[in-house]
Amino acid sequence: MTVGLFIPCYIDQFYPNAAIATLKLLQKLGVKVSYPLQQTCCGQPMANSGFEHLTTGCNELFIDNFAAFDYIVSPSGSCVLHIKDHLHSDGQAEKASCIRKKVYELTEFLTDILKVEKLTARFPHKVGMHQSCHGQRGLMMSQMTELVAPPFSKPRQLLNMVKDLELVELSRPDECCGFGGTFCVAEEAVSVKMGKDRVADHLHHGAQYITAADMSCLMHMEGLLRRQNSQVKVLHIAEILNAEEV
Amino acid sequence: MIKGNKDHAALADIFNQDEARVDWHDETLWFVRAKRDKAANTLSEWEALRENAAQIKDNVLSNLHDYLSEFESNAQKNGLIVHWAADAAAHNQIVLSILKAKEISKMVKSKSMLTEECHLNEYLHQNGVEVIDTDLGERIVQLAEEPPSHIVLPCIHKKKEEIGELFHEHLGTPKGASDPKLLTAAARIHLREKFLTRRAAITGVNFAIAETGEFVVCTNEGNADMGAHLSEVHIACMGIEKIIPKRANLSVFLRLLARSATGQPITTYSSHFRTPRKGQEMHLILVDNGRTQQLGRADFRNSLKCIRCGACMNTCPVYRRSGGHSYHTAIAGPIGAILAPNLNMKQYADLPFASTLCGSCTNVCPVKINIHEQLYKWRQVIVKEGYADPKKTMAMKAMEFTLSHPSVYRNAGKTGRWLMKNMPFLVNNKLNAWYTQRDMPAVPQQSFSEWYKKNNNE
Repeated sequence: MTVGLFIPCYIDQFYPNAAIATLKLLQKLGVKVSYPLQQTCCGQPMANSGFEHLTTGCNELFIDNFAAFDYIVSPSGSCVLHIKDHLHSDGQAEKASCIRKKVYELTEFLTDILKVEKLTARFPHKVGMHQSCHGQRGLMMSQMTELVAPPFSKPRQLLNMVKDLELVELSRPDECCGFGGTFCVAEEAVSVKMGKDRVADHLHHGAQYITAADMSCLMHMEGLLRRQNSQVKVLHIAEILNAEEV
Repeated sequence: MIKGNKDHAALADIFNQDEARVDWHDETLWFVRAKRDKAANTLSEWEALRENAAQIKDNVLSNLHDYLSEFESNAQKNGLIVHWAADAAAHNQIVLSILKAKEISKMVKSKSMLTEECHLNEYLHQNGVEVIDTDLGERIVQLAEEPPSHIVLPCIHKKKEEIGELFHEHLGTPKGASDPKLLTAAARIHLREKFLTRRAAITGVNFAIAETGEFVVCTNEGNADMGAHLSEVHIACMGIEKIIPKRANLSVFLRLLARSATGQPITTYSSHFRTPRKGQEMHLILVDNGRTQQLGRADFRNSLKCIRCGACMNTCPVYRRSGGHSYHTAIAGPIGAILAPNLNMKQYADLPFASTLCGSCTNVCPVKINIHEQLYKWRQVIVKEGYADPKKTMAMKAMEFTLSHPSVYRNAGKTGRWLMKNMPFLVNNKLNAWYTQRDMPAVPQQSFSEWYKKNNNE
């Protein structure tokens, strides 16, 4: 099995530790992982702003970088959803459609493809799990509170394998944090208010760390936490699943 | 409706200046969402019901012409006078002409979002006709000279103390009284006199049944019935998408509507109107007003499935924190944001962007409208039609160039510098909108790709 590691641009630039943890975790689980160095961005920032017609370059580049792998894995539900829903190419239509089917968000890859049943990680802290919307409602990584269906959660299933980790319950388990790409500046007031409310839910329930399968939500919440001089930290779920703290 | 040309973001900014009020508004609507969840979870067949409703509506939209013709002919057999209105202006003129023929200058109206969409009250007022809204929430916003902020809960943005103040001024309740029971009793007395003395009543239509030619009006207050039964002229106004094929289909929608809207198992009144009472005239106006145009837009046609339950508003984290008036259109929230651009793309170009695309609206929708996907698609249409901010277009083009060229991307500056200037949170003319209330991410020593090149020996 060959896995291409797709690292979203802002993780590459701002949160290398999330990417390193993703790589190491996959390697630890015996997966042969490669990181194509010519990758840039999935094109979502443009597409969600209404400029999908400007994503041709990103699409072609993505196909060139990733078509050859058996699976493509990324530590971002949002970017994966964008590829799954919107990757297209006039010249390489078949490759694009094939990629849309073999691209996976990290945690769903662990639970659904690798069928991971145990991890060696230990993380003795109280953790709040933020369900990022695109992973939650787009990739259906957990049961959604709006739907009438049996409960499940892929990220939670994995976090439960981490020794000494205590998950805190939230009042609103899958409310949006308000990041939303360009929304976070175009609708600054609402975006900030949504983020403050989300952070407050985690703090109220005693979280020491807020984790998620999407770094963008965490970047937004981290910005608010730091402004509030809070001691609470954000960590990508890969960093917890790969934690070696003893 | 438009407040000095301010867009959603600007109006939401004003709304957010009173944070305690935003909290109150958010919690009030979240309470309704929670009631909806509870009600939905009492039915193990909930998801099957939604699917059933969606399929019935798919059938309707694909055979709209036939069902409308069938409905018209059955309604006429039942003694109704059926009118067709191509747009809001035609609808308003029809209403006025019916009233003029009867020399009626005062009337009552129960809740109808269609008449809000057509701005009927303003039109009638300009033509010397007094309209009293009889839905309590609608009456409150009418007294406040405001449009409704929510399609099911028109005055949800008002606190009871503010309503007490309005009632003191208009209905003579004691100053400072804000007990909901007392205020409701005052409204009851005030409205009873209107019901008894007005000769004409307008109602909306929740469902029109092609097979029988009858229509169904759902209310909790019984005000549609009071108005219609006491009037000599009943005018019912409906959008052409409100049709359902058979009576047997109705139960599916009645079970979904109130549970989705307020968490009730059913509305207090689900009244069937079939034939006029002896001596009464019953008119029915079928209104297009952009609906056939929307039907012709492949990506957006299923927005016409909407049964106006308001669940998407209650669940929307943006709506709850920006208020219905920030959408500057009759139908606010996520559903309004996909309906309004069809009516006027330029005026409502901002609305599809007033969302994080979180998708909660799509999940609560009882007729399974893919609302958040349509928001995404409207953004593409709006940009292509040229309604995007030129500065944003330039920024996006710069971004496209860099992201399409790996070497440019890698060399665009030291780690992080390029993204700092170009990522979504800075692409906008408001350069510091991220930083106003949020710290920037710390720029690390090296990017992941730099680390990978040094550390990974494949």
